[in-house]
Amino acid sequence: MDPRSNPALLRGMTHSRSVTRRDALRLAGLSAAGLALAGCGIQGKKPAATPKKDAVTDFWTGKQRNGTLRFANWPLYIDKDGKKYPSLEMFTADTGIKVSYQEVIQEIPSFFGKIQPLLAAGNDIGHDLMVLTNGIHLGRAIQLDYLAPLDHSKLPNFAANAAQKVKNPPWDPGNAHTIPWTVGLTGIAYNPKYVDEVKSVEDLWNPKYKGKVGMMSDSEEIANFGLFALGVDPDTSTEADWRRAAERLQAQRDTGLVRKYYENDYVDALARGDVWITMAWSGDIFQQVAEGKDLKFVVPQEGGTIWTDNMCIPRTAQNPVDALTYMDYVYQPKIATILVEAINYITPVPATKDLVLADAAKQSGEDRTALEQLANSPMIYPSEADMARLRSYVTLDGAKEKAFESIFQPITQG
Amino acid sequence: MKRLAPYLLILPGGLWLLIFLVVPMVFMASVSTQEGDIINGFVQTFDFSVYGDALTRYQTQFLRSVGYGLVGTVVSIAMAYPVAYWIAFRGGSRKSTYLLLVLLPFFVSFVLRTVSWKFLLADDGLLLSPLKSMGLVAQDFHVLQTTVAVIGGLVYNYLPFMILPIYVALERIDPRVVEAAQDLYAARSQAFTKVVLPLSLPGVFAGVLMTFVPMTADYVNAGILGGPSNTMIGNIIQTEYLVNTDYPTAAALSFTLMAVMLVGIFAYARALGTENVLEAAAR
Repeated sequence: MDPRSNPALLRGMTHSRSVTRRDALRLAGLSAAGLALAGCGIQGKKPAATPKKDAVTDFWTGKQRNGTLRFANWPLYIDKDGKKYPSLEMFTADTGIKVSYQEVIQEIPSFFGKIQPLLAAGNDIGHDLMVLTNGIHLGRAIQLDYLAPLDHSKLPNFAANAAQKVKNPPWDPGNAHTIPWTVGLTGIAYNPKYVDEVKSVEDLWNPKYKGKVGMMSDSEEIANFGLFALGVDPDTSTEADWRRAAERLQAQRDTGLVRKYYENDYVDALARGDVWITMAWSGDIFQQVAEGKDLKFVVPQEGGTIWTDNMCIPRTAQNPVDALTYMDYVYQPKIATILVEAINYITPVPATKDLVLADAAKQSGEDRTALEQLANSPMIYPSEADMARLRSYVTLDGAKEKAFESIFQPITQG
Repeated sequence: MKRLAPYLLILPGGLWLLIFLVVPMVFMASVSTQEGDIINGFVQTFDFSVYGDALTRYQTQFLRSVGYGLVGTVVSIAMAYPVAYWIAFRGGSRKSTYLLLVLLPFFVSFVLRTVSWKFLLADDGLLLSPLKSMGLVAQDFHVLQTTVAVIGGLVYNYLPFMILPIYVALERIDPRVVEAAQDLYAARSQAFTKVVLPLSLPGVFAGVLMTFVPMTADYVNAGILGGPSNTMIGNIIQTEYLVNTDYPTAAALSFTLMAVMLVGIFAYARALGTENVLEAAAR
C-alpha cells in the first residue's frame, strides 16, 4: 500500500480514472480500513547527483511540431488589441502554429499548488509553456525535474539578442530550463503628496508614516529589504543575517508602521491612499504613472531586488517543440519591442530601446510622448547606477529554505 | 426489494461522502503523521509531535480565529434575530420577497462582495473621506486592516445563514400558542421570553452551527480586510499547504481545528439539552 512502490495508486489519488469493478472493490477496501492507508507516504524526487549530459537529446528526440501551443501566462502580460493578441497572430502567420493563450497565473504558490500533483504523476497540465517567477517554487520545479531541458541549438535569437545580465542566472545555470519573459524590479513607490523624497529603505521605517507603510507578504521579497536595511548583500547573506533582518522587520511591524503585508493588491492600496509608501514592482508603478497617477518609484540607495519571470516548458507538455519555437520567436527585437510597449516591464532584449524610439518618431501627440517616456524610463531601461544596486533573491536549497521560511514567515503571518 | 429500498436510497449520498469525505480525511490523517519535504518525499512515521509543534507555533492565530468566530456569531444573532422575527410575524404576504432580499447577496460572488468593502472603507473612500473632511474622525483613522473590519466582513458574509434557520423556527410557532400565553395574562415581554424564545432556540442553534464553524475556518475576510495582526488559522493552513508545502503541519492544524469545533459544538448542544436541540434543529 505504499504509493512509492505503487505508482498506480498515487496516480489514482491525483487524477480521475475510469473505474472497473476490480478498482471499485479495491477502493472500497481502501476506504473501509483507515489502516490500509497508514504506512503511506508522498513521493518525492531527489535530483540526480549530476545532470545527465544527454538529457537534452533524450527529451527532444522524436518530438515534432504539432501546430498548436497552449500558453499559460499572467493577466495583462502581453500586447492586446480588443480581443486579439497581435504578436501571437504574427507568430501564427510566420510559423503556422496556433496559440491558445490562457491568463491563468495570478500568483505562483497557488498556481504551483495546482500543477504540482499533475506534474508529480507525470500528467499533462494543459499548458505547453508557462511563465514562472524565479524563487522557491521555480527552484523546486527544476529540482523535481518537472521542466524540459532546453535545446539551445533551437534558440539562436536568444543567444544573439538577450542581455548579458539575464543569461546564466544563479537559479538556473546556463539557462538549462528557462529563459526570461520579462524582468522587473522591487523598489519603493510613494505618493509625493504625503511623503518627502525617498532615497533610502530607512524611509519604510520612518515613524512619520506610521500605519501608512505597505510591505510585501512574500518572504523572499521582505527578506531582501530587511537585509538592505542592514547593509547586507542577499547573495552572500547567512542565517545569522536573516535573523537580524527579521528582527528589524518585526520591530517595524510591532511599532505599528506596517499597514498590511500585501500581495498584488498593494497597487490599489497605494492608488486609494490606504498606504503612502510601499514596496512595489516597477511595471505596476510605470502603468499607474502612465495613467496619470502622481506616484514615484525609486531603487533605494542600499539596494533593490531584480527578479525575472521565466518561460519554461513542463516536461509533460504535449507540444514542446511549438513552445520552444515561440520562446525563440519573442527574442527577435521587433517582437520584443511590441511586447515591451504593451507590458511595461524590463525587456530581456536591450536592442528594443532604439526600436521604441523609432516607433515614437513615427507617431505624434500623446502616443509619441508615451513611447518616449517608455524608452527613457529608468523603470523600463534602468540606468547603470541602478543596475549596480540590484540584487536577486536569496538563493535557497532544500534545508536552507525551511530555515528561511521559519525566520521570515512569522513576520507576515502574525 | 422492499428491505433493500432504504439502502438504495442512501447509496448515492453515502458513496459520495465515503469517496470525497472519508477517504481524503483518512489520507490527511495519515499525512499529518508523516515527516519529510516535497523534494525528498514524505515518510509515514506516526510521530504526533507535529500537532504539538504546530499548536505552539500558531496558538495566537488559533485562539484569535475562535475568538473572531465567537464574536462574529454573537453579533450575527443580535442582528439576525430581529430581522427573522419581523419577517416571520410581520412579513405578511410579502414574506418570500423579504427572504429573497436576505439571500440576494449570494447572487454576487463571495470574494467580489468582500473586495467591494475595500472600496467602501478605503482611507480616502466613500465612507471615510467625508467624515474626515468634516473633521469627525482623525486624518489617520482607518477601518481596513483592523479587527473590526475582519469581524464585520465575517458577519456580513454569513448573516443569511443565521437569519434563515431562526426564521424557519419562528415561522413554525403556532400563533395561537402566543395568544394562549397572553390570554393567561402574560405580558408581551413574558410571552416572548417564556414562549417564543424557547421555541426558537433550535433555530438559533442551527444558525450557530452554520455560522460559527465557517467563520472560524474562514480565510478570505482576514486576507482581504485584515492587517498584520488579523491573520486567522485558515490563512496559516493555506500558507503551510500551498506556499511551504509543509503538508503534515497543514493537515495537523486542520484536524486540531476540526476537533476543537466538534468538542465546542457538542458542549454547546449539551448545554442547551442535546436531544431537544439536535432533533429540533434537524426537523
